[in-house]
Amino acid sequence: EAWSCRFPGAVNSKFTDTLKFEHPSTYPAIPTYRCTTPDGDIIDSSIEPPPDSLALLMYENMIAVSIMDVIMFEAQRQGRISFYMPSQGEEGTCVGSASALEKEDVIFSQYREAGVFMQRGFKFEDFMSQLFANKNDNGRGRNMPVHYGSKELNIHTISSPLATQIPHAAGAAYALKMQRRQNPSLPPRVVACYFGEGAASEGDFHAALNIAATRSCPVIFICRNNGYAISTPTLEQYRGDGIASRGVGYGIDTIRVDGNDIWAVREVTRKAREIALKDGGKPVLIEAMSYRISHHSTSDDSFAYRARVEVEDWKRRDNPITRLRKYLEKKDLWNDEKEAEVRKRLKAECLKAFSDAEKEKKPSLRAMFEDIYEEITPEIQAQIGELREMLDRYPDEYDVTEFEGGKET
Amino acid sequence: QNPELPAEVRSGTTQQMNLFQSINDALSLALASDDSVLLFGEDVAFGGVFRCSMNLAEKYGAERVFNTPLSEQGIVGFAVGVAAEGMKPVAEIQFADYVYPAFDQLVNEAAKWRYKEGKGGRHVGGLTIRMPCGGVGHGALYHSQSPESLFTHIPGLTVIIPRSPIQAKGLLLSAIANKDPCVFMEPKALYRAAVEQVPTAYYTLPLSKAEVLKEGSDLTIVSYGHPLYTCNAAIEQAEKDFDISIELIDLRTVYPWDKECVLRSVQKTGRCLVVHESMVNAGIGAEVAASIQEDKETFLRLEAPVMRVAGWSIHMGLMFERFNIPDVATGGRD
Repeated sequence: EAWSCRFPGAVNSKFTDTLKFEHPSTYPAIPTYRCTTPDGDIIDSSIEPPPDSLALLMYENMIAVSIMDVIMFEAQRQGRISFYMPSQGEEGTCVGSASALEKEDVIFSQYREAGVFMQRGFKFEDFMSQLFANKNDNGRGRNMPVHYGSKELNIHTISSPLATQIPHAAGAAYALKMQRRQNPSLPPRVVACYFGEGAASEGDFHAALNIAATRSCPVIFICRNNGYAISTPTLEQYRGDGIASRGVGYGIDTIRVDGNDIWAVREVTRKAREIALKDGGKPVLIEAMSYRISHHSTSDDSFAYRARVEVEDWKRRDNPITRLRKYLEKKDLWNDEKEAEVRKRLKAECLKAFSDAEKEKKPSLRAMFEDIYEEITPEIQAQIGELREMLDRYPDEYDVTEFEGGKET
Repeated sequence: QNPELPAEVRSGTTQQMNLFQSINDALSLALASDDSVLLFGEDVAFGGVFRCSMNLAEKYGAERVFNTPLSEQGIVGFAVGVAAEGMKPVAEIQFADYVYPAFDQLVNEAAKWRYKEGKGGRHVGGLTIRMPCGGVGHGALYHSQSPESLFTHIPGLTVIIPRSPIQAKGLLLSAIANKDPCVFMEPKALYRAAVEQVPTAYYTLPLSKAEVLKEGSDLTIVSYGHPLYTCNAAIEQAEKDFDISIELIDLRTVYPWDKECVLRSVQKTGRCLVVHESMVNAGIGAEVAASIQEDKETFLRLEAPVMRVAGWSIHMGLMFERFNIPDVATGGRD
């Protein structure tokens, strides 16, 4: 037909004789899906209400994260661990989305996803071993605190460089798709990948969404848009309609959701998983809106760039934990007594894991040199010898007693 | 005649191949022998801009041999993810000159993966990154670079540069089979120029092992990749002119490198010259020279300073390449 362009770069485009630029402002902002009111009432009758036992477990997991956050933030202030990053305000996004994934699904995260780990089955003991970098730490004492990972739970270990995990997720999803194609007896699996709205400004975000779309990868990108990247507000991060509006540009099914509404997050993730596995696989983008109530990290005092009253307001007005609590109370599953009991128990469990982990030995010194390559190279072997000589010669300069096996490893 | 190859490979059929054909042959054998091998990058599906992946998409399917969007950080990041789930991606960067957008993925992710994962033991060892490198006569600033020493400064990466079709095939198959991430740099000037009879069977050549190409007693020359041909010609000339005997070593893997082989040779000859195309400053030659003088036994045997013949500390200007890449005459300048 005459008015179709037929240019290969945009085959569905039509010619127009009206000279008109597309203005972002003429497009309505993508709406934010919610299915529960701030009072805990379900307002979307189409959603499947989760079983009560799961609802209670998810509530406990959110509380567990918030209790651990308070204890560990304080522990860092006392100098007992070197660093910490809380996730106050974002427990709903993490616990809600993780609850909709299967155990075999592979997860890549940024660093503010303690709720994902908790919901998957990472225990206080596992968190503490990593935070104290003791000999039970999966990462063998090499990574900064909060850089968790678990092979058993199919969560790749966190690394500090932002957004690098987004193309990894696309590649991993392609691998899962190929593995199932080669062996149809494998269960269908997706990859879920978490990142903040600041990380979405990195080139790796662009590279990842584009390649995930062109290679039809079964991956769910979950952006935690919490309003700030350290001190930078979103107004200085982007000028488009958040992160969600970009998904459409890459040809990716996209949704924006209220991150404080755990049932909305869960439902959206559940549907995203179905979409991601359909027709041989494709990516989905979820932008979960929330507010970073906590400081960025223990190295940050956020009142240097935002008003205390703004934070207090978010804490009170809308909070994923209180919203789920209201839901549970309305179903007669929860009350003040249970709340006090659970908080007391979780706090005790957390503190027990804390003090156990603090007392543990650090990994053996040898762990410093291992896993650079599959085999220790002759060069590194020689350096192990050099370090040992140094420790022998200057025993008073280096305290090795806290490391398992001392210098004899 | 290559003693590193198993007897059945040596006695098997051979075929005349140039370097791009032997790489194509290696890729084809890797894809045939292991379902988890995937091949991708910019323009690899139609055969690649240097023809290294000719006919592979047709033979092994568009799901295993495919084009990616034009994004180096995306290619390497994607490959890291594929490898993290246990597969063996062979990713191509169209020119080594364009690997820098992927530097973060290589340095911070691929190289550190096994280390950061720790106990779980997960790794991205299935990863191989191929890239054409080196001068080609008219490549100028962005089609001539040899950035190998930028990678040799990164613990966790294995950096390999072959000199010939037989070697390229064996080393590439080793890189793909190896359980550490490998950077495989292909001297593009040799794609068509280097031709030999290559065994058609699957075979590998050892990594991190140098090869003594010619024994000698008065001087050790250490090099790798394309300049080995120049070294050969220079040695022929020098041995005639000066009545000396020169030992020639091909590093093959420039990191982790075969220090022992080089030290042993220099202990015998007492003199060493390192030759490479990339610029002299902080290049492979600097590491080789420092290692020689640092080793007490070798240092005491030295009869002359270790010398380097390498590119100048400049960019590769289009019209000036022939004055920058080491040739037979510059080999004699020391």
